[in-house]
Amino acid sequence: MADFILLMISAILVNNILLARFLGNCPFVGVSRSMDTATGMGLAVIFVLTLAGMITWMVHTYLLIPLNIEYLRTIAFILVIAALVQFVEMVVRKTAPDLYEALGIYLPLITTNCAVLGVAIINIEDGYDLITSIFFSFASAAGFALALVLMAGIRERFALVDIPKPFEGTAIGLVTAGLIALAFSGFAGLV
Amino acid sequence: MLAGMLAIGGIGIVAALVLGISSKIFYVEVDPLIQEIADTLPGANCGACGFAGCSSCAKAIAKGKAQPDACLSGGPDVALSIATILGVSIEVKEPDIARLGCWYNIEEADTKFTYDGVRDCRAAMMLFSGSKVCDIGCLTLGTCVNACPFGALSMGEDGLPRVNESLCTGCGTCEQICPKGIIRLTSETRRIQHVYTTDECTSPCQRACPAGIDIPEYIHQITVGNYTQALKTIRESNPMPLTCGRVCPHPCEDNCRLSLQDDAVNINHLKRFVSDREMHAPERIGVYKAAPTGKRVAIIGGGPAGLSAAYYLARLGHSPTIFEAMPKLGGMLRYGIPEYRLPKATLDWEIEGILNMGVEVKTNTAMGKDFTIEGLKEEGFDAIFLGTGAWDSRGLGVEGEDLEGVLPGTHFLIDRGLEKDTPVGEKVAVIGGGNTAIDAARTCWRLGAKEVTVLYRRSRKEMPANDIEIEEAGKEGVLFHYLAAPTRLIGKNGKLAQLEYIEMELGEPDESGRRRPVPKEGSEKIIDVDNIIAAIGQFPVTDFLEKDGVSVTRRNTIEVVDEQTGRTNLEGVFAGGDAVTGASIAVAALGAGRRAARSINQYLGGEEVAVPDNAVTAHSDLPTVEELVSVAHSDRVKMPELSVDERAMNFNEVERGLSEEMAQGESDRCLRCGLICYRKEG
Repeated sequence: MADFILLMISAILVNNILLARFLGNCPFVGVSRSMDTATGMGLAVIFVLTLAGMITWMVHTYLLIPLNIEYLRTIAFILVIAALVQFVEMVVRKTAPDLYEALGIYLPLITTNCAVLGVAIINIEDGYDLITSIFFSFASAAGFALALVLMAGIRERFALVDIPKPFEGTAIGLVTAGLIALAFSGFAGLV
Repeated sequence: MLAGMLAIGGIGIVAALVLGISSKIFYVEVDPLIQEIADTLPGANCGACGFAGCSSCAKAIAKGKAQPDACLSGGPDVALSIATILGVSIEVKEPDIARLGCWYNIEEADTKFTYDGVRDCRAAMMLFSGSKVCDIGCLTLGTCVNACPFGALSMGEDGLPRVNESLCTGCGTCEQICPKGIIRLTSETRRIQHVYTTDECTSPCQRACPAGIDIPEYIHQITVGNYTQALKTIRESNPMPLTCGRVCPHPCEDNCRLSLQDDAVNINHLKRFVSDREMHAPERIGVYKAAPTGKRVAIIGGGPAGLSAAYYLARLGHSPTIFEAMPKLGGMLRYGIPEYRLPKATLDWEIEGILNMGVEVKTNTAMGKDFTIEGLKEEGFDAIFLGTGAWDSRGLGVEGEDLEGVLPGTHFLIDRGLEKDTPVGEKVAVIGGGNTAIDAARTCWRLGAKEVTVLYRRSRKEMPANDIEIEEAGKEGVLFHYLAAPTRLIGKNGKLAQLEYIEMELGEPDESGRRRPVPKEGSEKIIDVDNIIAAIGQFPVTDFLEKDGVSVTRRNTIEVVDEQTGRTNLEGVFAGGDAVTGASIAVAALGAGRRAARSINQYLGGEEVAVPDNAVTAHSDLPTVEELVSVAHSDRVKMPELSVDERAMNFNEVERGLSEEMAQGESDRCLRCGLICYRKEG
């Protein structure tokens, strides 16, 4: 149990998938303009990542290894992730149409999001078993969601301050991301 | 190998099955309209429309939150398809095109310094506003060229950016990025309503023109042989170039920079040249006309002010109706200017062109008698323009004015315009020094008078008539008595027989700055006359306007809040032309009509009726040039005219018009001036 807690703290704070490993920038900058979309996106990513982590692990262990085709790992994972994201998109569209509108183009972009593929591969590389993979995926996604929510909170306030013209928009977003990443690097050595 | 393929294939099939089943379970009803619109859109998800992706844009269009032409990269074709799907007619808004407002590159313009260290105009701006002396000059470093997202701008060989009109979408990126505001979006609709500002490049002639014609541009188009475009440029500011090309006293030429060393460019006759070509061509040149707005405007007065206002309002999509008291349109152009200066056939052709834009006319309808302002508003007119002109004349105020044979100047010429018979005797005296007096004198000569004398109370220098008119009158044998004023009219049997006048000398200046004439005691003289024509001034008639509540000044002109907008004290009522300024020249009325059309357009669109704060006025302090450097001397072309013998006893047009060769030679003389730039040699 303690291991799991440590793993989760590591995944959320110390090795934050976005702020430390720098995977998953696109939806980070694109969706973090308002709190509602950020939380929605965060939840969507948690759902996708956990499921994806689980299914890719199973595909790897029960299909790729027995058939000696580990080299097809990347293709197989992407196939699974793409299908999964499509599935999630359908579910979101049916159950939460407003969220679907708000996320817009960024929901299907999770497919190509390197964070998802990254976590799936880290699971394999670091040799986690199924339960650990699930926890790790969930925690990484939670870290992603945390970073996203933090960013949205800050960016919502940008509308009220006087930003110099050359910095408006994405520029100040990236600068802020860098500063948050710097702050998070303070967690190094925690675990 | 096979295992791999099967494995991947297997995953794919399983995924497809799962997705297929879940798509049935999680089925979402999509509005087919949105689907159809989304299919028409390019699907690039570029975000130029401002929405997150093409599907959001489609949804917004279907809900009505976005216009059918929201897709910028799709362009007009996509906009048209979407409009067809929605079942609305898309009013093709005139596309905005970027246009550069500077014509001199770094080599040709005056520069303060040379510095090659900057590669971007915005950076160059931070270095003493760039290397050009002129505050407004293009810095030619190509920031706009790089910024254009559609690749419509390129650097020309002359060092200035060139716009590819077929690629330009009017997005405005170049306008936003240019640090000097040189490259701007423009369209015919915008240019019709344009008022020159101090932050754009204008030439002295352009600013002197009361109608604001872009003179260097149209002369340039003549030089390259593009007569159609030259005429379109003129018509953006002046709808009556045929008329002005014949009668205008050309304030532009008085301000021509070339006159610093040679004679001014013959701007006016070049205008006549291109407009004559259209008159003799098989078809009229088409201009852009906006989609109908459904707003009706009543134009009181069919003279140049009213015709100009009607023309531009029609071009902007409104529905003007002209109410004219006389039997025909034209105002003073028909009922004041004689045939040999402005043939009626020419005037009719020009007016027909204006009416073709979609103007309704009601002649023989006088305000006060047949309708009132209140009545018009009740009839459903959304705005009113007053262009009633200055038709009242004054008597001489001397004994004997009621004798037979005394003709008030305006009535004489009005009768000529009405094509009535106006016989005159052998000896005619015309009192006055303005164009009306000269017109009357030259008309009498053509009607057979043997001796025509013009009496003017000041000297030749103070005479307000056009110099060319006075010269031509002299050639035709009209005699001039300067410093003479009538004192008594002597009759025989109720008919005028003699005129007594007194000699004057010039004393102190009066309010207009001209020296006041003072009679010389005991210097009365008597001459025999059969007719006297008094042409000593024209004034607006305003009593019928005052009855309707229009505010009138002490000088009996319509009071406007400011001359640039033409607003009166009444809501929705605008005024311009002679009725506001007092008797003036045709081009001033044409300019006032255009500015009133601009104001009325703003008013009807619910916008504030105003001109820009930095609009150019007579008091604007703009940089200029005192002396010309490196400009070759050149002679001004002379307008061919009928000889005096050919003119006698007929009203044929005296000026014959320039040939193409003469026009080309003259347009070459133009220096294409900017604020301080001009074409130098070498």
